Amino acid sequence: MTEAAASTTPAPATDHGKRFLVAWIVASVIATPLVAIFLGDHLPPGNGSAQAHEQVFDNSWLLAIMTPPGLFVVMFLGYALWTFRNRGTVGALEDGPPIRGNARIQTLWMVITSAIVLFLAGFGSYELVQSGAGGGQGPTAAFQPAGYQKALDVQVIGQQWEFTYRYPTYGGIETPHLVLPAGTLVRLHVTSLDAIHSFWAYGLGVKADANPGVDNIVYVHTKDPMQFDIRCAELCGLWHGYMFDTGHVVASGRFTSWIKQQQSYFAPVSKYLPPYSTTYLPDPSQRAG
Amino acid sequence: MRGGLAAKVAGVAAVVAVAGILIGFYISGYLVGNTTPFRPAAQTTSGKTSVNLVLQTVAAVGPTKAPHPDWVSYLVRRPNGQWERSTIYTLPAHALVHVTIYNFDGASGLRNPFLGQPQGLVGKEVVDGKPIDAFPPDQPSHTFAVPEMGILVPVAPVSEAGEDSPKACGYAPCALSMAHRTITFTFRTGKPGRYRWQCFVPCAAGFEYGFGGPMQSVGYMDGFLNVV
Repeated sequence: MTEAAASTTPAPATDHGKRFLVAWIVASVIATPLVAIFLGDHLPPGNGSAQAHEQVFDNSWLLAIMTPPGLFVVMFLGYALWTFRNRGTVGALEDGPPIRGNARIQTLWMVITSAIVLFLAGFGSYELVQSGAGGGQGPTAAFQPAGYQKALDVQVIGQQWEFTYRYPTYGGIETPHLVLPAGTLVRLHVTSLDAIHSFWAYGLGVKADANPGVDNIVYVHTKDPMQFDIRCAELCGLWHGYMFDTGHVVASGRFTSWIKQQQSYFAPVSKYLPPYSTTYLPDPSQRAG
Repeated sequence: MRGGLAAKVAGVAAVVAVAGILIGFYISGYLVGNTTPFRPAAQTTSGKTSVNLVLQTVAAVGPTKAPHPDWVSYLVRRPNGQWERSTIYTLPAHALVHVTIYNFDGASGLRNPFLGQPQGLVGKEVVDGKPIDAFPPDQPSHTFAVPEMGILVPVAPVSEAGEDSPKACGYAPCALSMAHRTITFTFRTGKPGRYRWQCFVPCAAGFEYGFGGPMQSVGYMDGFLNVV
């Protein structure tokens, strides 16, 4: 080989694909368990009920699963920006070889994305079957938690713009406050008297639409005494934003005394309440002053 | 060429800005009901602060008081005795508020009978001098309810005979010589804040479920308590 020939031999091309792949795998192996372990407990909606706890578990898994793809996107962007930046010493960069028609990459892409989607579908379905995952299940709940026959029934009634609550086990008493006993499986019957509302007890991991004429059942298993926020999560009129409340989970004995107090306080109006029903269709529906 | 494009962009931006300002004025005007907040005079006795708030409820606010003369409405009495359409009241914190409502409207009834019991008051609601524990659901004309404070006051209606008599008040302002009910109650304000109040009786004639128009408009059947 002559000296002139040696000077024109191109330097071996950097294998960017392999280099990036190694970096990404190393980063994923380190970051994924860290995310699952250290962020998991801080994810919403907290540990206020069995359903909320399950949702935190689900969110932890989802976050862990999305960590490698997320890293891939961010690292790929960073790598490309840094490695292929214009250093001002060479002319315009040329595109690399196209990946269209690359059977290996296409197969990998389809297999990996399909595997992720199928896993998430299976995982989500399994978690839903456990107890309904804190979501409204309509009038005939398909996913019943263990011991559902003995659940405490509580009705949530949405109206513009306030939630009220009835306790059929305690004579159908109605109150403007939601108080639940600790360590109890509760079956919430969510309905509405007018527009479509959505009952969102964030700290309990409960969210269920409140539709007029529909008994939307949702299960929640309370844990320790706590306070939780309640909001309407469905735009239900001009003052939807003011439809909020604070609910309480209290010790069993305190719940018993509270319900007695409510029965006494609301005794005057109790005689005017309609018999407890899963739904109400107030007459007239077309009210005018 | 470049100058022309810049002028076009500036023109479009100016139009968007003007439209945004006009829309903002419209929305804010709607939200405050084009009414002026009313601040009743406070009295302090033995370190306890109290105010008197005198309101009237009418089936129609009338042509001199509002852009929607046939809308049901609350009005407040100013110190000079004039009735003003305002539903935003500025009240002192941790004070007793003595409210008198003169109601000139008939019965409409509640969609939720539970809201027929007065709640969250200091003492009882008194109608024409008689204390009331609860109303039948077909009775209330309106309510004065502050959900965040736990306050609910159903408003007793003018009787059918009163509505049909020559003394029935067609539209505001209604004189006390006209057929009416007198409702008095007292509540205590808490910490400073902005609290929304509303009527729970679907009394908006001509609107779906009786809950549109005045039922969703400040200055008619909705308002705020500015507790300061």
